[in-house]
Amino acid sequence: MDHMPENWGRPRSEIYGVYNSAIHNAGPTTHTQQPSITGTSVIALKYDMGVMLAADNLASYGSLARFTDQERLIKVGKETVVGISGDVSDMQYIELLLERLIIEDNYEQDGHNLRAPHIYEYLSRVMYNRRSKVDPLWNAILVAGKKDDGSPFLAYVDLLGVTYSSPSIATGFGAYLAVPLLRKIASDDGDEKKITKEQARAAIDECMKVLFYRDARSLDKYSVATVTTDGEVTIEQNVRCKDMSWRFAEHIHGYGTQKM
Amino acid sequence: MFRNSYDNDSITYSPTGRLFQVEYALEAIKQGSASVGLVSKTHAVVVALKRSAEELGSYQKKIIRIDDHLGIALAGLAPDARVLSNFMRQQAMSSRMIYNRPIPISRVVSAIGDKAQRNTQTYGRRPYGVGLLVAGFDETGPHLFEFQPSGTVLEYFGAAIGARSQSARTYLERNFDQFPEASLEDLVIHGLRALRDTLAQDKQLLAQNTSIGIVGLDTKFTLYDNDDVRGWLEKLGDVGSTRGRRPPEEPEPEATEDAPVTDAPPPEETDTVEPIETDA
Repeated sequence: MDHMPENWGRPRSEIYGVYNSAIHNAGPTTHTQQPSITGTSVIALKYDMGVMLAADNLASYGSLARFTDQERLIKVGKETVVGISGDVSDMQYIELLLERLIIEDNYEQDGHNLRAPHIYEYLSRVMYNRRSKVDPLWNAILVAGKKDDGSPFLAYVDLLGVTYSSPSIATGFGAYLAVPLLRKIASDDGDEKKITKEQARAAIDECMKVLFYRDARSLDKYSVATVTTDGEVTIEQNVRCKDMSWRFAEHIHGYGTQKM
Repeated sequence: MFRNSYDNDSITYSPTGRLFQVEYALEAIKQGSASVGLVSKTHAVVVALKRSAEELGSYQKKIIRIDDHLGIALAGLAPDARVLSNFMRQQAMSSRMIYNRPIPISRVVSAIGDKAQRNTQTYGRRPYGVGLLVAGFDETGPHLFEFQPSGTVLEYFGAAIGARSQSARTYLERNFDQFPEASLEDLVIHGLRALRDTLAQDKQLLAQNTSIGIVGLDTKFTLYDNDDVRGWLEKLGDVGSTRGRRPPEEPEPEATEDAPVTDAPPPEETDTVEPIETDA
């Protein structure tokens, strides 16, 4: 009798060859294969003197509105804001990376500070590196701030390492629901010069309202961040959707009680 | 016979608190031909005197471009400088790749400083036998750093390393108050004058043996060698060594047509010249 328990219940070596113990040692994969707790869209728009971003405060567990106080706009360094949608645990890891990055950059105290384009490049390297390990960080990220020449900076990177830049960008559902509205006022590079801060804010509020109407994983409570070209960052929290009208709902299948 | 028993490695202190191997490394710099660096408010310039081992051979490269905004001039063991410059290039490239940012000059300099210091505290290693002048331009303006094998890095308005560099330093000390406001052309001429003061007797600055590196505001690091330095040498005028010249036989120095360069052309005196060269 074979007294080694690890050999019990295995295919017989004399028939099937020596057992490949790598199979025995293989554990479950630990790579993120789907997000669990998620945040929905982040939307952003350049205007003449800066960039404005918004993200609601909901963290969903599937279709369950699990947490309603999740902040998803992060100030990084002195004059950059990063907005993150997608998996919240991966977002918290990205927050950790960015905090470390800024702390280590500050050690030098030599007058050089990482600004939005630098943080964006770093994040896009991290995101693409992780997707190349087939272990992506399940997020879509917007980075806002100012460029080296002082003009507004806004760019996108996601879990695939896709990068692009535009005067108006939205992640997730916002890409379908908010982008058409934002592009009405800022579709091409340079359009932002014609937009005032007030116009930008009105557009952002309108988009957040539309998103709350139509995106079932959204919330009517959100944060609005502004980064000015002077390098000033403000994050206004607990903003509520105003002047909502749900009258349209009664004509739509799926809202309220179904009348066939 | 006297033997120094505290110089067998680079990490053991002598009873007087000295690290002899590190001091010998500092001596190696003085065996190399001179390099001079200086900065204005907008530019950093390095000039260097190249040597050829023999008549038929080429001249040893003295100025190395690291990145668009950064370059070095060396004095001492050129192979060691190659190791350091390759390292600096890697650092510069990774800064561009990871952060989309030209590496800050002070950071790449402190990186090689740390690298050199490690050799003075790790058994079985030797200090680098080369001194560097690092000239660059970043967000905080133009910079000139001197790097030493001890791991010391210091920032300067003007600096000189290598054989007879004391003469160049003397020139720089007498004229550095003009550097901040100097035009690029004036700055280079100042550098060449300082370099000329390091020439051995009967030697001249020639297109073959002079290198100039320029970097600054809207100016990528540019290396001038061979034919490209002729124009600069013409602006300099007198390219001969001032060593051993007596004041009487000094007809009309270089105050020829480059009058705007400085209102006070150096008197070309030969006083403070200290031949540092001990032995090879």
